[in-house]
Amino acid sequence: MSNKKIFIEPLFRNNPVTVLVLGICSALAVTVKLEPALVMALSVTVVTGFSSMIVSLIRNTIPNRIRIIVQLVVVAMLVILVDQLLKAYAYEVSKQLSVFVGLIITNCIIMGRIEAFALANKPIPSLIDGLANGLGYGIILVVVAFFRELLGSGTVMGIQVIPNAIYIKNGGFYENNGLMILPPMALILVGLFIWVQRSITKELIEKK
Amino acid sequence: MDTNKNLYTILYATGMVVIVAVVLAFASSLLKERQQRNVEIERKQMILRSVHLAADANTVEDKDSYIEQEYAKFITDSSITEGERQLTLYICKIENGERFYVIPLHGVGLWGPVWGYISLKGDFNSVYGATFDHKSETPGLGAEITTTEFSGQFENKRIFDEKGDYVSVQVVKGGAKEGNYHQVDAISGGTITSKAVEDMLFKNIREYMNFFSENLKAAQERALEKARALEQEQEIINNRENLVR
Repeated sequence: MSNKKIFIEPLFRNNPVTVLVLGICSALAVTVKLEPALVMALSVTVVTGFSSMIVSLIRNTIPNRIRIIVQLVVVAMLVILVDQLLKAYAYEVSKQLSVFVGLIITNCIIMGRIEAFALANKPIPSLIDGLANGLGYGIILVVVAFFRELLGSGTVMGIQVIPNAIYIKNGGFYENNGLMILPPMALILVGLFIWVQRSITKELIEKK
Repeated sequence: MDTNKNLYTILYATGMVVIVAVVLAFASSLLKERQQRNVEIERKQMILRSVHLAADANTVEDKDSYIEQEYAKFITDSSITEGERQLTLYICKIENGERFYVIPLHGVGLWGPVWGYISLKGDFNSVYGATFDHKSETPGLGAEITTTEFSGQFENKRIFDEKGDYVSVQVVKGGAKEGNYHQVDAISGGTITSKAVEDMLFKNIREYMNFFSENLKAAQERALEKARALEQEQEIINNRENLVR
């Protein structure tokens, strides 16, 4: 597979969230607002990319029996570094993401890509694969967060988009959809995306 | 090389842990100073925000030194002795000489600690302003306590009812009653955090009761003395006028 293909595939055709259905939990948790979703997408991209690369670099030395532990230690180290950097240089955002940065460790995409790709490939393709999967995850996160913030809070990136005048409390007819703020709605949105994607790319539909 | 031998596995694991520990320790010590400064600046900004100062801090170029400067200008760190305990109190004196009393708050949210600052006017009853923050409440739900939409509701609320009993301010699910001086709206989807804020307010402000009553008494006495002094002065003037006549 060429590097270009490795990069393009996970963005849509083989998207980790909508096709592989990995990393759903954090996709539900951090998509209430767009800004934390963006930072989360960036953090996950960095961690998947570099953890894949590091594991790929040491792949021939890893003792098979403690393989998973070694992978986890690498991922955990990167996540802690990201967390520390955010705390030092993007304090506001790190507070918004709070626990979810630490929970990147448990994001199935990272371990999934290391097991499925990095252990059997050279460092550079592994880095590309990791970054692309992080981005594929990020795209879904940002799109879900955009709709949830717009419909749930009437804002985008914290800026009021829906005119204040049309709200019921100001004599209009509109009300924010409170359901959008709650996690189940993210699941429904992701479901809708999967539906849309499958009607565009017919090969994804399982044969009966 | 056989990577499946026991000895190799043990040595590998040990080596890996040592390397990772060194990397993390190094990163931590490198970034610690900056992180602590962030926390300190944030604390000061929160105190300033609770008295409606430095609201434009995020638009200023050098935010950190601006906050330090404003803090030094208006806020005095102070403390009061309550039994064996020291209670922190920040006193804010603004340009026209008016004083506000900022009480630090600490409570327990859904996932971790919540905290904040509430400032009271000189009558130790009306709320002048409030700010809240949290460690790990859910973004978009409980975490919304940090927004000004939430904290702004506390302005001009009162912590004592008409009879003078302490009631604090309640955070009400489903919306506060219009015109009620002791209620604010809770956050939809963030009920536990909202209740945590209510609980935190009630418990933390209660600690300062003795201080309030002493100071109120002192303030009343001062006012009385002032009135008496004025009366005496008036009397002297009257007497003089009589003499002149």
